[in-house]
Order: sequence, then C-alpha cells, then structure tokens
Amino acid sequence: MTQGIEVNETMTTNIHPILERYHADKTRLIDMLWDIQRQAGYIPDAAVTALAEGLNMSANDVRETLTFYHFFHDKPAGRHTLYLADTVIARMQGYDEVRATLERETGTTFGSVDPSATFGLYDTNCIGLSDQEPAMMVDEVVFTRLTPEKVRTIINRLKQGATPSEIANPDQFDTRRLEYVQAQVADNIRICGPVFFQQDRPHAQILEKTLDLLPEQVVEQVTLSRIRGRGGAGFPTGLKWRLGREAPGREKVVICNADEGEPGTFKDRVLLTRSPRDVLLGMTVAAHAIGARTGILYLRAEYWYLKDYLEQQITDLRAERLLGRSILGREFDFDIRIQMGAGAYVCGDETALIESCEGKRGTPRVKPPYPIQQGYLGMPTCINNVETFAAVTAIMEQGADWFSSLGTPESSGTRLLSVSGDCAAPGIYEIEWGVSLNEVLDTVGARNTRAVQISGPSGECVSAAADGERRLCYSDLSCNGSFMIFDHSRDLLRVVEHFMRFFVDESCGICVPCRAGGVDLHHKIRLIIAGRATRQDLDDIVNWGNLMRGTSRCGLGTTAPKPLLTTLEKFPQIYREKLARPQGPLLPSFDLENATREYEHACQALAQEKSK
Amino acid sequence: MNIRITLDGKEIETTAGTLLVDVAADNGVYIPTLCYQRGKPCLGTCRACSVRVNGNVMASCTVPVAEGMTVEVDAADLNDMRKALVELLFAEGNHNCPSCEKSGRCELQAVGYEVGMLVSRFPYRFPPRTREHVAKYIWLERDRCIFCQRCVEFVRDHETGRKIFTIDDRGTHASIEIDVALADRMPPEQVREAAELCPVGCIIAKGVGYDKPIGQRKFEVKSIRERTLERSRK
Ligand SMILES: Cc1cc2nc3c(=O)[nH]c(=O)nc-3n(C[C@H](O)[C@H](O)[C@H](O)COP(=O)(O)O)c2cc1C
Ligand code: SF4
Ligand code: SF4
Ligand code: SF4
Repeated sequence: MTQGIEVNETMTTNIHPILERYHADKTRLIDMLWDIQRQAGYIPDAAVTALAEGLNMSANDVRETLTFYHFFHDKPAGRHTLYLADTVIARMQGYDEVRATLERETGTTFGSVDPSATFGLYDTNCIGLSDQEPAMMVDEVVFTRLTPEKVRTIINRLKQGATPSEIANPDQFDTRRLEYVQAQVADNIRICGPVFFQQDRPHAQILEKTLDLLPEQVVEQVTLSRIRGRGGAGFPTGLKWRLGREAPGREKVVICNADEGEPGTFKDRVLLTRSPRDVLLGMTVAAHAIGARTGILYLRAEYWYLKDYLEQQITDLRAERLLGRSILGREFDFDIRIQMGAGAYVCGDETALIESCEGKRGTPRVKPPYPIQQGYLGMPTCINNVETFAAVTAIMEQGADWFSSLGTPESSGTRLLSVSGDCAAPGIYEIEWGVSLNEVLDTVGARNTRAVQISGPSGECVSAAADGERRLCYSDLSCNGSFMIFDHSRDLLRVVEHFMRFFVDESCGICVPCRAGGVDLHHKIRLIIAGRATRQDLDDIVNWGNLMRGTSRCGLGTTAPKPLLTTLEKFPQIYREKLARPQGPLLPSFDLENATREYEHACQALAQEKSK
Repeated sequence: MNIRITLDGKEIETTAGTLLVDVAADNGVYIPTLCYQRGKPCLGTCRACSVRVNGNVMASCTVPVAEGMTVEVDAADLNDMRKALVELLFAEGNHNCPSCEKSGRCELQAVGYEVGMLVSRFPYRFPPRTREHVAKYIWLERDRCIFCQRCVEFVRDHETGRKIFTIDDRGTHASIEIDVALADRMPPEQVREAAELCPVGCIIAKGVGYDKPIGQRKFEVKSIRERTLERSRK
C-alpha cells in the first residue's frame, strides 16, 4: 500500500536505508524490491536505477528479477492493488459475478488502474484458498467467499478511506497473532488424524530427545519411518538427509518450501496457521541431522497475512532457546529467516526456489548438481515441503515404528488432502495412505462426481466411475495434496483450458519446449472448445505433449501437457463430441471470419468515408 | 577415470564426468546444439541436444557420463523430437533467412538443415517484436532471438562486471534487452564477439553488414556437423 513516498530524484536518497538494511547484498534483491513497492506502491524506474547502482548491477539486470515476478509492478498499480484469484474452483462458485462487480465498483477493468489511481485490478492464479472461493488479495490482506454484495461493501469502505486491514480485521488484532490470520481465513480442518494438528505437542521435549541422538541416528529414524517428501515428487526424506549429511561443505542450509503454488492445495497454509511450531521444529531437526546453521522458510507472497505471525513464532522459539544460538544450551546454532516470494508458481521447484532466495529470476537450474550437493549460494541444501517437516516432528515425538505402521508398506504415514470443488465440506482431511478414491469421496460428501483432479493441474484427472477403487499411495494415485472434485454438471474441457493457460502463464520461459510448446497446446484446446478441431489435432496433442514431457527442463514443462493427456485418456468422448465435420474446401481450423475481419473493417471504414 | 558407455549400440571408452554431448562429438556422433558451446558452462535452454540416457530423454549437454550408461542418439522418435524443437523456434519468432544478415553463419539455420526441417509443424505465430537500435555499435533484431541466454550469461562490462544483455519479462512476453550505456563502451573486439556469440541474427554489429558474400559463409563452406565433429577426426 502506498504511504505517499516521493517518487522522483529523491528516490536515490530513499533507496539508501533499504540498501543498508540488506547490507547492499544483491542476493536480497527481492526483499529490497518488496520494500520499495510497499513504500511507493510500485517500483519506479528511478528506484531501479538507484538500486542497480548501489548493488553494482546494470538497471536491466535488476529488471530481470523485477519483471519475472507477477506481483512486482514497474508502473503505478493503484493506492490499493487487488488480485482476484482466477481458479477453476472459483469459476464454479460465482467468480463471474464477483469479477463483474469488481470492475463496476472500482471503475476500471482487469489489468489496469482506475482514473483516480485508487484501485489497480489484476488477475492472479490460485492463492491457496480453494476451500473458500471466490477470494482476492487486497494489498496484504485477503477476503474470501466473495459475493457481489460483499465486494460492494469492501470497495465502498476502501473509497471512504478505510484500510483493507480495518475491513478484514475489524477487531484490529495485532498482525502477529493467530486471531489476525483467522479473522481473514478459515482453517476448515475437517478430519484430523494421528499425525497432524495435535494439541499441546511438547516441542522442547521433542527437541531435547532429538538432540540427544547423534545426527546419524536422526537420519536413521527418519529413514526407518519411510516417510517420503510431501511436496509432490515423493523422494525418500531419510535418503535426502543422509546425502545432506554426507555432502562435503562447512556450511549447510535447510529450506522449507512454503510456496504452495499448485492450484487446489492449501494444506501448507493451514499447517503454518495451526501448527507452525511443528514445521519450524522439523526444520531444526533437519538442521541437526545434516549439520546446518542456516534455515530459510520460503513463503509465497499470497500468504503475506501469515508473515508477521510466523516471524513472531520464530521470535518466541528463540526466546525459549529452541532456535538461534546454543539451542537448549548445547553447541548447536540454527536460525531461520523468512524469504517472501513475489508470485511465481515455478518457484515451488526447489532449484528455482533457491535462485529466488538468491534474489534472482525463478529459473530452475540445470541438474546436476542437485541442491543437496550444491544449493543455496553453492552450499549443500536440504529442501523439504512444509508437511514433510511437520510430519518429522511427529516422528521424533512418537517414533519411526509408529509412523511406518500407518498407511501402506510402501507409502507410510498419513497425508493432508486439500479438498475443494463439488462436495459438502471443502477443507483439510488427514487420510491414511491406501484409502480408495471412493472412500475419500464418501468422506467429503461428494455426490454425482464425474472427475477428480488429483495433485492439481500437474497431476492427473481421474474418472470417478472408472477409478473409484484406485488407492491413494505413491504407487497408484500419488497425490501432492490437491484434490479437486467436479460433478456431472461441469464442463471438463473448460477446466483443461484453464489449466493449460495456467502453465502458459507460469512457464519461466527459459527452455524451448515449455515456453513455446505450452502456447501451442493451449491453442489446441481452444480449437477443440470452439468446435474447429479434427482428429489430426488430437494426434498433435499427444505428440506435442510427449515432446514437452520428454524434453522440458523442469517439472513444470514435463507436467504441463497432463491436463490434456489425462483427460484425453479418461474422457475421450468429450473430445470426440467436439470434433468438426469437414465441410467444403476449408480446413476446420481455419477461422474464415477472423481471417477476413480486417477486410470487413476496411470495407466498413470505406463505406463510412463515402457516405460522408 | 576411464569408463565405458554404449553410444548408439557401440561400446566406447571415455572419461567419467565428461559431458555426453562432447563425448558423442569426439566419437563421431553429431548431436545438434543451439545454446551449448564446448568449453563454456552449460545453459540447458534449447533442449535440441535431447537424447535417450538409460531409457530417459535428457539434454545431453547436462549429462556427465558415468560407467555403463546406455545412450541412444539415432532413433526415429528422438530425431523427430530434436527436429520439432528446432521447428518450435522457427514458429515462435520471425525468421526470414533470405533477407537475414546472419544467413549462412546462423546456427539455427544450420541446425535446421541438419535435422531435416522443411517447414514448421507448429503454427507460425508472427509475434510483433520491435527492434532496438539505440546503441551505437549494436543492433538488436528481436524477431530472431531464441532466448538461448548466451549473451546474458557470457557478456559482461569489462570494467564493472555488469550484465549488458538481459531478458525482460518471461514466456510469450519475454524480450531481449541491452544496456545502452554499457554497450556503447564495448570495445570493437567485444562487439564482434557478441555478434558471433549470438547463434542467430539477433545481435548484429552495426556498420559491417554482409561483409562476406553468400556462399562463402561459415556454414556454407563447412557444415555445422563437420565443424562439431572435427575433433573426432584428428
Ligand atoms: C513447478 C514445480 C512446482 C513445485 N511446487 C512445489 C510447492 O509448491 N511446494 C513443495 O513443497 N514442492 C513443490 N515442488 C517440488 C519441489 O521441487 C521439491 O521436490 C520439494 O519441495 C521437496 O520437498 P519434499 O521432498 O519434502 O517433498 C514443485 C516442483 C515443481 C517442478
Ligand atoms: S520446463 Fe518451463 S518452467 Fe521449467 S525450465 Fe523449462 S521453461 Fe522454465
Ligand atoms: S536468424 Fe538464422 S534462422 Fe533466423 S532468419 Fe536469420 S538466418 Fe534465418
Ligand atoms: S540475443 Fe542472441 S545470444 Fe542473446 S539470447 Fe537472444 S539468441 Fe541468444
């Protein structure tokens, strides 16, 4: 939000405190850009130049980072900047009316700022609130379950000068308190299991117990628990930590991946809200195991409302000597800082996340080397998901055997599902690995289900009819937590189109197949929806999709074709129904109207000229 | 350490850790590349060097060879993938070779010939891209940029070490940019190097256009394949 900072020559002087705050360290560029934007409302050219000078970079080099992230603006973005989440779930729940109301009430259209420069209105992808859509961010707070009525009230109050925080948080809770978070966002924990969200966990005792063990013994416990990473790839956590332990390097790093960008997931949001200590303690356990002193929690900017609260948790842990210098009076130092993201799904990829932590564009690195060998600033870096760290805390409390007795032999433990879409109670469900799709649908009160998108756009679309007995586990339906339900009234092709556009929006663009191929696949699904596709287009989709799957540099590009490929496999009829029957000499994909549009315009203009 | 790998069915001996793309070239197997240059750090952006390693498709410029690796380069599906990647680049930008200063010494064009491309299977996008000609010695013909990142990573201002070329935005909005002040103090030698470094006709040195007649240019006198495999014949 703007605090009316002078934006001109004085920018140079205003930059100095910011440079000083980060010791002119260019790896903190994203923090500096945030500080400028939070003061000035956007990042003016003068600030870029001054910052570049102070960091010994070219101004364009600063712009490389600035222009990469969706939430950075290099032009004024309104006194209040609004982002409405455009997700498939929101679109099932009144998004269109909310969107229209926003445009009407603010007096501007999406992608621009109103004439009075009060409101900047923008689209954004999933902001981790699929259980309470439609939802939007206004500056640093969020509003959920939007209705046209609610939007009108919010915009009116903003016009009258209320701050977003006054509206979202009427009791004016301190931003560091849980109540502040809960005033904006409901937790929606529907079913708790044995592992997560336990009340009164004795964190100090768990850490004592852990530090009594040798690092190797901790690694062994984690290995014995057979826990696998909860971020999506399912890499065995014990093995990662052993590699981290063995990696040569005087300094090592532990990073918690709280980027949670996969559309439809929000479990990390709820864990960080309700069990932040489990997560932070899990990081400390990892630090002891691999020998790290530095910890980073990479928090997506969409979760800004959690930032002060989490900072406070870290401060409290330091005061209790569970973090910081000489933890629990032992020769063990480990501290955690929060790194804010700035809007980029690809930054969930561990190597892109590291680049982002270093102040750069979120471009996935070329591998090898892997982060566990050379990660943040070249140091061996252990990155795990929020849920993985929280589970580790439970494992250290209750033992590896206990954990591995849950779930199935190859998928131990439980996992949190973020359930959204057509069901009675969207929210968080802790399930044991091994339950069937039907059982989950039953539990969440889903009726008349047609399809479930498992693991978000990067996962697979399964058919409730054909796949109901399949089980959620790493060897069958491996799930990163996102669980979106569509009933028979939904148009799956529109869902696919939305997902494909998501990948085009979010591609980092460094490699050819994903940057260029994604656009072509998106074009294909639009062709299909328009009823202008032929069999050949379906073949192209499979071939081009396989090209992207095979040759892309990171997981974004290799999974981007999956919405098309998996629905084509499970629901071929929805595609066949839309195929065009060739008529006349023109290819169906040829858009005659579009091709002759300019000619029509010209004719009309000429006719007008003549009639004058 | 000496190791053995299988390359297109042939067992060969090589040194562990060498990049697969180089090992192949040294053994007479041409793999096209657009971003990779021997001896320079791998950029991994064009993916045109994709091959199959132990059953998985991988960019051979990113793979250090290891004992027992089985590598396939010449297979129908792989040949087609590499060709498709080159076609994607032609469809994504605006390339009109006959009027291009780089023609005959352009790596994209040369690789296009090697993979047997005739026309792009992907719809041509004809993106509107503006050219940048403010700098004194350099002209940026953005239509032809393939975002290989060579200039971004390997060209620096001699005095300050700052980047001269950068990429703004991303995806379909990406645009190659030049720091004019820094570019204007590039010595002539560095300008020439930058123009040569660019695999396509995007970075163009002003004032020296069409200095060599068509027909006598780099890849016209010796193909990119021959140049890549030169070492293996020595
Ligand atoms: C495009 C992309 C996005 C990703 N997003 C996330 C994410 O939001 N959160 C996450 O934990 N892992 C994400 N991952 C996976 C991470 O790269 C990494 O595997 C994970 O954080 C490791 O933690 P784990 O072993 O505990 O799962 C993503 C991967 C890709 C390729
Ligand atoms: S696959 Fe996409 S997101 Fe990943 S590196 Fe390539 S362009 Fe970037
Ligand atoms: S850059 Fe290369 S491929 Fe493009 S027009 Fe010029 S010669 Fe042709
Ligand atoms: S200007 Fe040339 S060298 Fe630079 S990224 Fe584009 S194609 Fe590569």
